[in-house]
Amino acid sequence: MVAAAGKEAPTGGASARWESDPILSVEHLTMRFGGLVAVGDLSFNAGRGDITALIGPNGAGKTTVFNCVTGFYKPTEGRIVMRHGPGRQAETVEEVTNSGLRWKKEGDKGIFLLERMPDHEIAHRAKVARTFQNIRLFGGMTALENLLVAQHNPLVVASGFTVGGIFGLPSYRKAEQAAIEKAVYWLERTRLIDRADDPAADLPYGAQRRLEIARAMCTDPQLLCLDEPAAGLNPRESAELNELLKFIRDEHGTSVLLIEHDMGVVMEISDHIVVLDYGVKISDGDAETVRNDPNVIAAYLGVEEEEEIDIPEVLEDVSAAAGKAGTGKGGKA
Amino acid sequence: MEYFLQQLINGLTLGSIYGLIAIGYTMVYGIIGMINFAHGDIFMIGAFVSLAMFLVLTAVLGFAFLPVVLLIVVIVAMLFTSAWGWTVERIAYRPLRGSFRLAPLITAIGMSIVLQNFVQITQGARVKPLPPQIQGGITLMQGSTEAGTIVVQLSYMQIIIILTTVVLMAIFTLLIARTPLGRAQRACEQDRKMAALLGVNVDRTISLTFVMGAALAAVAGLMFLLLYGVIDFYIGFLAGIKAFTAAVLGGIGSLPGAMLGGLLIGLIEVFWSGYFTVEYKDVAAFSILAIVLIFLPSGLLGKPEVEKV
Repeated sequence: MVAAAGKEAPTGGASARWESDPILSVEHLTMRFGGLVAVGDLSFNAGRGDITALIGPNGAGKTTVFNCVTGFYKPTEGRIVMRHGPGRQAETVEEVTNSGLRWKKEGDKGIFLLERMPDHEIAHRAKVARTFQNIRLFGGMTALENLLVAQHNPLVVASGFTVGGIFGLPSYRKAEQAAIEKAVYWLERTRLIDRADDPAADLPYGAQRRLEIARAMCTDPQLLCLDEPAAGLNPRESAELNELLKFIRDEHGTSVLLIEHDMGVVMEISDHIVVLDYGVKISDGDAETVRNDPNVIAAYLGVEEEEEIDIPEVLEDVSAAAGKAGTGKGGKA
Repeated sequence: MEYFLQQLINGLTLGSIYGLIAIGYTMVYGIIGMINFAHGDIFMIGAFVSLAMFLVLTAVLGFAFLPVVLLIVVIVAMLFTSAWGWTVERIAYRPLRGSFRLAPLITAIGMSIVLQNFVQITQGARVKPLPPQIQGGITLMQGSTEAGTIVVQLSYMQIIIILTTVVLMAIFTLLIARTPLGRAQRACEQDRKMAALLGVNVDRTISLTFVMGAALAAVAGLMFLLLYGVIDFYIGFLAGIKAFTAAVLGGIGSLPGAMLGGLLIGLIEVFWSGYFTVEYKDVAAFSILAIVLIFLPSGLLGKPEVEKV
């Protein structure tokens, strides 16, 4: 399979794919909300064609990272590089950074500095799509229409910027037909074809989750960001999700970045795992490396208080909170 | 019977104009949840641009063939008024988009005052007349009562107004239902942030909504000018309030609702004037609104707000 190729040293060494051919590089990302540091100086890479999992305890800053990557938040500091085309393209990255441009695209190659781009450009130009922890479908529109909204940009051009759409010109009809075919393809893939004309809000929970993924895929993303896709799914649906994600990676070559709490899902499908705690990276590597990392075990299971907290800001916050509550040290088990 | 029929025709004509303005209110409300109080004044600007264009074409350039003149006037009025609508959104509403809910509402009222005063200063406060352009009509029926003969007339002007409205409504319904722009508008209505994450340029979609509303208001302005023959800087206020009432009556956010509300408000006004007193026609229209809202809080065709859990 694609994912297995070119990974001689999957333990996170210099030759790992996320180092040599990263599709996304998060570099020194910091996000502050007033005094609160949600993400502090975080750097990691996501390999092209990999499924990269971002894990960590609740409140570790995972969703904040997603929000920065997809343009929901403007990061306080740091650079987020999205690459189209192989390799690190280090020179182009520097060139774009220094030029003040938001992105540069030549043929299949492209460098996109996501922290500079507005959200709709991130989806449209940089080809990053995302789903949400709390499902955000257009409930009043049908499942099919949800997938057509995701193909808005090609359709606008095809409709001659709306005029052709009103009169139903042949060229627009053709483009719309193609869009419907693509939507149908994804509806079949996600077993939603029977519900294509039902309002999205009427679908059961698991189906809504699948529809969100289908909708994200309809934007033709190179990187698909999934925020807890397995949340609320039963074991059977969860296994089905694993298959769908592998299919997306292997057959469409789409790289996946996901946040997930379900360790069964994470360990089974991830090529690369990044562990966050209190907004900083505590571990980075393949499933085996991460599973055995003492830092990760400590973060998830908790250790003695003194060892556990070693970041000054967090220490302050925690002791302040503890002082208020009057309950001694704050544990995070 | 003849009298009733005549009032019905008059009511539908007036209602068409209200309906066209109401669409602008309802679309903007639908997409950004704000009442654009300056919309009535955009309608007024449409009427003024139409008048100016009429005078330039007929008096200065000497065009005489009315259909061509009307066509040029309506296109120019739509373009100019759209530019006004776009500008108002760009400078007065967009900067406040992230602000609290009341901020754009207050700006809208301010914008309304600004536009009125701008036209008052530049065009003068006196009413501007336009001699009747389209005369004649079809006599549908003739009947006699004790008071004398009553003629039911459908004037060409009324035919034009009703037909234009029907055509514009059809185009708009298609636009919303079938084009990517309409789909994007419906998506933005439900979840702007999500629409943006799917690559929809939300700011542009909102701007286009304002432009579309303003273009329809321009057509309504031209119709008003032709129907009544006099305009002043203040016509936007009452027409705007009526159209807003129409949008609320029909269910704000709903396109067919706006049209239905417009027709109803027009009919109520005309019938009240015809059968009771002219003085209280506005009271009648607003009272009906109040009564309907007591029993149907989301309007006639509006979707009730479903609480999300």
